[in-house]
Amino acid sequence: MKINQKIFLQLGIFIIFFGLMGILINNLTVNLARTGIGFNFSWLFKPASFALAEHPLPFTSSDSYAWALFIGWLNSLKVIVSSLILATLLGALIGFARAGKNSLLGFISAAYITIIRQTPLLLQLMFWYFVGFLGLKDNMFIQLKNIFSVSNQGIEFSGLTFSSEFLALLLGLSIFTSAFIAEVIRGGILSVSRGQWEAFRSLGLSERKGFIRIILPQALPAIIPGLTSQYLNLAKNSTLAIAVGYSDIYAINDTIINQTGRAIECFIVLLVSFLLLNLLITNTMEIFNKLILKSRKYS
Amino acid sequence: MEPIVIAKNLTKSYTKGLRALDNVSLTVDRGKVLVVMGPSGSGKSTLIRTFNGLETFDKGELNILGIRVDSSHDEKRIQKIRKRVGMVFQQFNLFPHLSILENITLAPVHVQKRRQAEADEYGMYLLSQMGIDSHAYKYPSQLSGGEQQRVAIARALALKPELLLFDEPTSALDPERINEVLDAIRKLAEQGMTMVVVTHEISFAKDVSDQVLFMDSGKVIETSHPDIFFSNAKHERSRKFLNQLDKH
Ligand SMILES: Nc1ncnc2c1ncn2[C@@H]1O[C@H](COP(=O)(O)OP(=O)(O)O)[C@@H](O)[C@H]1O
Ligand SMILES: [Mg+2]
Repeated sequence: MKINQKIFLQLGIFIIFFGLMGILINNLTVNLARTGIGFNFSWLFKPASFALAEHPLPFTSSDSYAWALFIGWLNSLKVIVSSLILATLLGALIGFARAGKNSLLGFISAAYITIIRQTPLLLQLMFWYFVGFLGLKDNMFIQLKNIFSVSNQGIEFSGLTFSSEFLALLLGLSIFTSAFIAEVIRGGILSVSRGQWEAFRSLGLSERKGFIRIILPQALPAIIPGLTSQYLNLAKNSTLAIAVGYSDIYAINDTIINQTGRAIECFIVLLVSFLLLNLLITNTMEIFNKLILKSRKYS
Repeated sequence: MEPIVIAKNLTKSYTKGLRALDNVSLTVDRGKVLVVMGPSGSGKSTLIRTFNGLETFDKGELNILGIRVDSSHDEKRIQKIRKRVGMVFQQFNLFPHLSILENITLAPVHVQKRRQAEADEYGMYLLSQMGIDSHAYKYPSQLSGGEQQRVAIARALALKPELLLFDEPTSALDPERINEVLDAIRKLAEQGMTMVVVTHEISFAKDVSDQVLFMDSGKVIETSHPDIFFSNAKHERSRKFLNQLDKH
């Protein structure tokens, strides 16, 4: 496309977008005026008057809605970041097994990927929550020297406690996302030509060394974009927290809408929260990508 | 004479009923050059790739530098062979994310556990032998095909191999780039390197070879001295093949 064609296209999209936004905002103000609530954020600083089961920072029911939302955002961040790490580790393991030579491992990982990808995430979350954790007895199920215990309350590990809601969400999101990440990683590995494998093998390098020094560095640039999009999916999917009763930003928003009726404002808060989360993910990955490209002075 | 490669009755099928190698037997002595010729799909690549374990075979036996390999394809023995045998591919297969010098020093440092400085020094020596030491800190994509293939030869030489395998080293090159690579291989032959070379370059084959092996449909049709093979080949099929090569 020529440069001025591009500019006209972008200008056109710009005008249409803001035209639509204008109509929507107009509708909104008219409707709000009719219901008589008005549009403002002052309610944010009123006491929330609800309790939160899970709060990484102190929270009581006399704290403000804004603080509750911030706690929710932190809870979201906590489950997203930990799922992201677990999903990547699991996905890498399964992706390598899937791309590897061992046919039994290949079959198992292919079956894992198929089953996990074909089942709705909501179902998997329910499974981990109701079967995985609430299925356990309420007395300590496993207890190892008071350091590690598993029960229907969750897991306690040397003073750190993880609620069953958090763990079910963590497991569900990680396992679900790992199947997609495994495919991204397999695709990246397969994008490296056979000749590269043959070259390092003919030089007497072991499979492990050759994979780390030759194959992986060439596969990563093909893996990163797919990985980023899986991370963004994971972040968005984390809103299913509400299904297992984990107090993430979405669940707390929901509660606040019910209490205050401030649907529009809450919707905006949610939008901004996720924008921030996703920008965080995209930018971190962008930095990572740049680091890799910097070490790739060729091409 | 000390045999470096002994192949006995090598047989291999990728797909049932279709033999890529059919009872192939041959010997290459130390310091000798075997040129392998034959039409496309006749099994030349498959044959030389069995020599360093890049391909398995179903029947027969190999003895490379005194290390015996059979169809069970013992990983440890293959690994031993690979440390003493170099290979140069049609598509160069340089590592694009490593500099030219890093391409060459990778195996000495990580397989032979040499110090980086020592490996660098020898790498630079090999590059100057190939006439490309000025490119040491460039990346493969910045070099011409002929230069890349000479890097690949230097890389194969870095482990000080006792046997070098070439699979159509000039087939992916522009015609005007072929000779610089062939000359480098000629020089190695003069220095007494033991080599197995798959090539379609007749005059080069005449120059370097001690024996020419002609294959068709996975079978060895004939193994002859180059003087005989190129002027008066024993078999009708060999003569037909050479005639066709001449026409191109
Ligand atoms: N990886 C493979 N899978 C299946 N068939 C193959 C494979 N590699 C080679 N072949 C077949 O084996 C035969 C010999 O191939 P190859 O050794 O590459 O011949 P050449 O190098 O002489 O052209 C051909 O029929 C080819 O199609
Ligand atoms: Mg071939």
